[in-house]
Amino acid sequence: MYKLLLCWRYLRTRYIALASIISVTLGVATMIVVNSVMDGFAHEMQGRMNDVLSDVIITSRSLEGMANPEWHMAEIRKVAGDDVVGMTPTAQVPAALAYYFRGQYFTRQVTVIGIDPETYSSVSKFGYYLQHPENREHLDFQLKEDGYDVMDHQAEDMRKVKPREQMKQAGWKHRRANAEFEKRIAVQPPIQTAAQENAAATDDSPFATAPAPVQETFDPATEQHAGTVLGIGLCSHRTADGTDVFQLLPGDDVEIHFPSCGRPPEFRSSKLTVTDFYESKMAQYDMQYMFIPLDKFQEMRGMIDPQSGIRFVNAIQIKLAEGADLNAVRDKLREHFQLHLYDVSTWRDMEGPLLAAVQTETLVLNVLLFLIIAVAGFGILAIFFMIVVEKTRDIGILKSLGASSEGVMGIFLTYGFSLGIVGAGLGIVGGLLFVKYINEIADLLGRATGTPVFDPAVYYLYKIPTIVEPFTVGWIAIGAMLIAVLASVLPAIRAAKMHPVQALRFE
Amino acid sequence: MSTTKYQPLLSASGVRKVYSKGEVKLPVLKGVDFNVAPGELVSIVGQSGSGKSTLLHLLGTLDRPDGGEIYFEGNRIDNLAAAGRDILRNRHIGLIFQFYHLLPELTTIENVLAPVMIRHSVLSYWAKRREYQERAKALLETVGLGHRLNHKPRELSGGEMQRTAIARALISEPQLLLADEPTGNLDRQTGDEILEVLRRLNAEQNLTIVMVTHDPNIAAGADRTVHLAEGRVQAASQAAA
Ligand SMILES: Nc1ncnc2c1ncn2[C@@H]1O[C@H](COP(=O)(O)OP(=O)(O)OP(=O)(O)O)[C@@H](O)[C@H]1O
Ligand SMILES: [Mg+2]
Repeated sequence: MYKLLLCWRYLRTRYIALASIISVTLGVATMIVVNSVMDGFAHEMQGRMNDVLSDVIITSRSLEGMANPEWHMAEIRKVAGDDVVGMTPTAQVPAALAYYFRGQYFTRQVTVIGIDPETYSSVSKFGYYLQHPENREHLDFQLKEDGYDVMDHQAEDMRKVKPREQMKQAGWKHRRANAEFEKRIAVQPPIQTAAQENAAATDDSPFATAPAPVQETFDPATEQHAGTVLGIGLCSHRTADGTDVFQLLPGDDVEIHFPSCGRPPEFRSSKLTVTDFYESKMAQYDMQYMFIPLDKFQEMRGMIDPQSGIRFVNAIQIKLAEGADLNAVRDKLREHFQLHLYDVSTWRDMEGPLLAAVQTETLVLNVLLFLIIAVAGFGILAIFFMIVVEKTRDIGILKSLGASSEGVMGIFLTYGFSLGIVGAGLGIVGGLLFVKYINEIADLLGRATGTPVFDPAVYYLYKIPTIVEPFTVGWIAIGAMLIAVLASVLPAIRAAKMHPVQALRFE
Repeated sequence: MSTTKYQPLLSASGVRKVYSKGEVKLPVLKGVDFNVAPGELVSIVGQSGSGKSTLLHLLGTLDRPDGGEIYFEGNRIDNLAAAGRDILRNRHIGLIFQFYHLLPELTTIENVLAPVMIRHSVLSYWAKRREYQERAKALLETVGLGHRLNHKPRELSGGEMQRTAIARALISEPQLLLADEPTGNLDRQTGDEILEVLRRLNAEQNLTIVMVTHDPNIAAGADRTVHLAEGRVQAASQAAA
């Protein structure tokens, strides 16, 4: 009983000890904030990755692809069964994107992906990342009259969004204005309009790439080429103040150059009209991908067998049921499909290095921050030694009244433990409050210093994502308390070992 | 007092204590023989440095002798294990000191209750806390401090602190009270008052008291005075009670 009473009195009268636990408090608070933000970012990132990539993807190792996607999908269904909730065939090829901007010729390296608009959105959140509301509902690769998003529809807080004024022009309006301008200056469009959309290109035919002698009159004011959805990073850049500047808009024409499926592959070109932008907010995707309809892709690359009409695809993306074990499904598929022909990966496998890097970063940060709390432990140790010395006479008195050595030790252990509870408790409260109001705090700091602390232009996120894991908070608190107790062990032992007479004689 | 074969409440025989500082050995007690009968009020006098405090600490099991034996109620206590000695000090032997030795963080009544709190766990103390508090209040009344229950020691005078210490020593209803110069730090009149309290406890409650003192005046108030010199008890002189 006396232990608790004395602890309580010591807590209330020894503010120096409270000072020593401020470092514990700060350490705990920092750990909670850092972990929450790191978890938030990791979760945000993984969420996006999984939204962009499907759960499991089977890719043919050859760019020529795999024949008969229907057969493959039936096999997958046989193997993975009920876990599969969506599947879509895709085709892809590295290509060069070419376009004119202000009379200058630009080429960029891209990956062209052929998608099935009907099923592609069933395996990932593809539709959500498009800029036209109708395309988000149903993608048809047709240029819209207008109505492309000026305000980023993915933002939670519209006040922080920089409007994309250029997008007001996008659509047929822009295309007609362009055509008008071209006609006026009477210059032939720099990109040759020779029709290269010869549908029935065969794999080995030497005539496959010969331009079909169909000379059609193409009126850019009323007609479009095959539609493409362009990764938004391919044709735009962000200025320092967060405004997006576009080189191309929906309605502009571009050209792609890519290898065909022939043996050997030949170089082919195709004209496309930009019909929408794709913005996943993952720079490596937004600056690399452009999407076209799968059947168009297969025609362009010659991925249709001329005799049988069997089509080829490069990959099959699979969406699994909520809670399904990705790795188990992957392993089953790996057993079923010959691995020299196919690569089977989950989205985590594909982004493995990045995820691992984030994990390592979190671990290292945690170790460092925990060391800070450990340092605080040494502060507690020193101050406890002082208190034990200061309380020598009291220890003698307690022993003369019949308190056991263990009892005296208990006082200081309980004391350390209560300091740990107070320190960790305050740290938890402080940390959680900080996490809760982190965006407001960031705004405030930004306003005070004049430079935004968390710049949406840099992070592609409009607010700092946070996730509080109760488990993490729990072990941080336990760790802090453990350190406080450990730091009080040595002083407590010293107190317990004191000889009562010496202690009483102590002046 | 010499009617039948009496059993002393406390007896020491051949008690020796040597302090050693490195090579130098300093024998303080060289064989103290000493008995205290139940209900006696004995004073121990002797020069400063003669080992009075040392002897009292040995009797109160705060320290272990280097030789000899000490008996309390017929049981040997000088070689008891730590737990046994703790219980002895907690319940059977009350101790008071020259410098009062109150706990500065606790109020008067909490100081008095300290031995009870040490004995009981939180729950068993909490269950009977009213009873204990009543008892502590009654004790403080007895020593004349009924009106200063919630003062911290630093707000009390020396006499008041010593009264608190006496109340604390009595809370467990010990058979024996050991006092090391209880009036040593007090002025004449206050000292006399403290002595009066001790004498009253001795007379009314038949409490056995062993009291170390410098002051011949105080020593004269005891039933018997023991002289300690050169590490031994000198010829005892009977004082008129
Ligand atoms: N821990 C110790 N180490 C060495 N010597 C000690 C120790 N404690 C006490 N002494 C010595 O033992 C002797 C007796 O001390 P003690 O305190 O018992 O005397 P005392 O009779 O109570 O004196 P006073 O009347 O001044 O209180 C003294 O000479 C003292 O210096
Ligand atoms: Mg002394």
